[in-house]
Amino acid sequence: MTTRNSTLLFCAIGFALLAFAPLGISSKFYLDILTLIFFTAYIGQSWNILGGYAGQFSFGGVMFFGTGAYASSILVNSFGVPAIIGVVVAILAGAVLALCVGYLSFRSGLRGSYFALITLAFAELLRVVANSLEITGGGVGLFLTYAPGLQNLQFKTPVGFYYFALILMAISIAIAIWLENSRFGAQLVAIRENEDAAEALGINTLRRKCQAIMIMGAMGGAAGTFYSQKYLYLDPPIAYSVHLSVEMLLVTIVGGMGTVFGPLIGSLVLHTVNEVTRNFIDTPGLSLIVYGIILIIIISYLPNGLIGLFKGRGSKKADAAQGDGDA
Amino acid sequence: MLDVRGATKRFGGLVAVSEVDLHVDQGEIVSLIGPNGAGKTTLFAMIAGFLKSDGGEVKLNGTSILGMKPHMICQMGMVRTFQITQPFAGLTTRQNIMVGAYSKTSSQPDAERKAEEVAEIVGMTALLDRNADNLTVAGRKRLELARALATGPSLLLLDEVMAGLNPTEIDEIVAVIKSIRDTGVTIFLIEHVMKAVMNLSDRTYVLNDGKLIAAGTPASVAADPQVIEAYLGHGAAETMAGGAT
Repeated sequence: MTTRNSTLLFCAIGFALLAFAPLGISSKFYLDILTLIFFTAYIGQSWNILGGYAGQFSFGGVMFFGTGAYASSILVNSFGVPAIIGVVVAILAGAVLALCVGYLSFRSGLRGSYFALITLAFAELLRVVANSLEITGGGVGLFLTYAPGLQNLQFKTPVGFYYFALILMAISIAIAIWLENSRFGAQLVAIRENEDAAEALGINTLRRKCQAIMIMGAMGGAAGTFYSQKYLYLDPPIAYSVHLSVEMLLVTIVGGMGTVFGPLIGSLVLHTVNEVTRNFIDTPGLSLIVYGIILIIIISYLPNGLIGLFKGRGSKKADAAQGDGDA
Repeated sequence: MLDVRGATKRFGGLVAVSEVDLHVDQGEIVSLIGPNGAGKTTLFAMIAGFLKSDGGEVKLNGTSILGMKPHMICQMGMVRTFQITQPFAGLTTRQNIMVGAYSKTSSQPDAERKAEEVAEIVGMTALLDRNADNLTVAGRKRLELARALATGPSLLLLDEVMAGLNPTEIDEIVAVIKSIRDTGVTIFLIEHVMKAVMNLSDRTYVLNDGKLIAAGTPASVAADPQVIEAYLGHGAAETMAGGAT
């Protein structure tokens, strides 16, 4: 209880600071980077709910993003619906797709790498479909018109998108805090730790896993609308890019899976490292090598992610003592 | 309360459980014994919904539960433990037991209260904040029992909760099981520790090669020639009888 209260207090202070940050930051460059960090933290959190809490690793998380992006963009382009309604449809589209994919794979008992691969296959399948349909613009893609305004979820200045991303991230963190303090979250964790035992103790594991992937899908759908309204262009390689699937799991694993702040910390660190290596190393390609090395170091020495540095010192000591006893 | 008729399970050509009839009545402690590989755990898994049955009927309080998922059976008041303990390794004892408690309540404070209550019953209060993977064998066995108990069952299926325990720990867990029965929970258990079986059970079933070979009070079953042969080999009953006279 007290940990939850301190978490909430910490969040409130953090978001208050971030909400006023644009007053102090006038540089478009830094605002854009912060927006990107929030966006990646948000999409990472969506992966974290299914992967970190429920223990079901997906490798095609981008499919919800892409489907949401197409759903709202098509509504905006072909039917003249404002994007603020489009985003609702995008959320629903993401959730429905997630339910289909989740039900089909979990019902057949797919776990671990098999589940990861089937999600990758679904994402690739959707990319091919998007490439060949007329309504998605095929390989040419969709161009959205620039019409700033809240109802279109487009903004004249980067500050608008900064707040949009900040709100998305705040919602994702609120969801994670709720998970940590609810029956639903406890049951997801139980499924992650031992699915048979969870089932024996009265947890409808199929339903819970489907609900978890639906939350992921709904969040991914909203992310799709955010992207398409910000960049005003969408084509199949962007909508269903493996890169984003990897990024959402990478920030979460680097930050700390199954934790509230893992995706945000991972996103913050990886984007910072990325920008720093890009700006301070002139030799082409070298920045990527440095980025890769830093990634390898984090993953090999911090199996619990960066968040492992801050918490769980006590239990680590207890584990070490246990290890000595065994030896 | 629990009524099993003609339960059969085949693994390919092997008939693991064949035409087993048994029943467990309200308030009883019933045990199921038998040599290794007799099919005891398979029978439990069938009853609890973990294995699909190849024939027969399983009824809980008059309702057929055959083909139901384990979680549904748990919600109906029958819950099993695992012979090979299956703790939620990354969680504390408290969190483990709370998962069981959440099957009846969605409120976190309620689940926490229930977990503490159950920990008290099984004697794990001091271990509540210990990580489950740091527990001893005895601790893990207790945790299995505690989690199952936290679901508020009317019938507990205990699969060898005493295996691997020392005599003191066995005495302790026997006392715990008795106290659980006294709160009105019916218990059906698989056990190899004969002292505990004799001490605890009102009735005993003996399974050998998938078939029920004896049933009755623990004393009468222990004296049954067929049971002695199942455990000690052909001719053992005669030898023992001969030795006695």
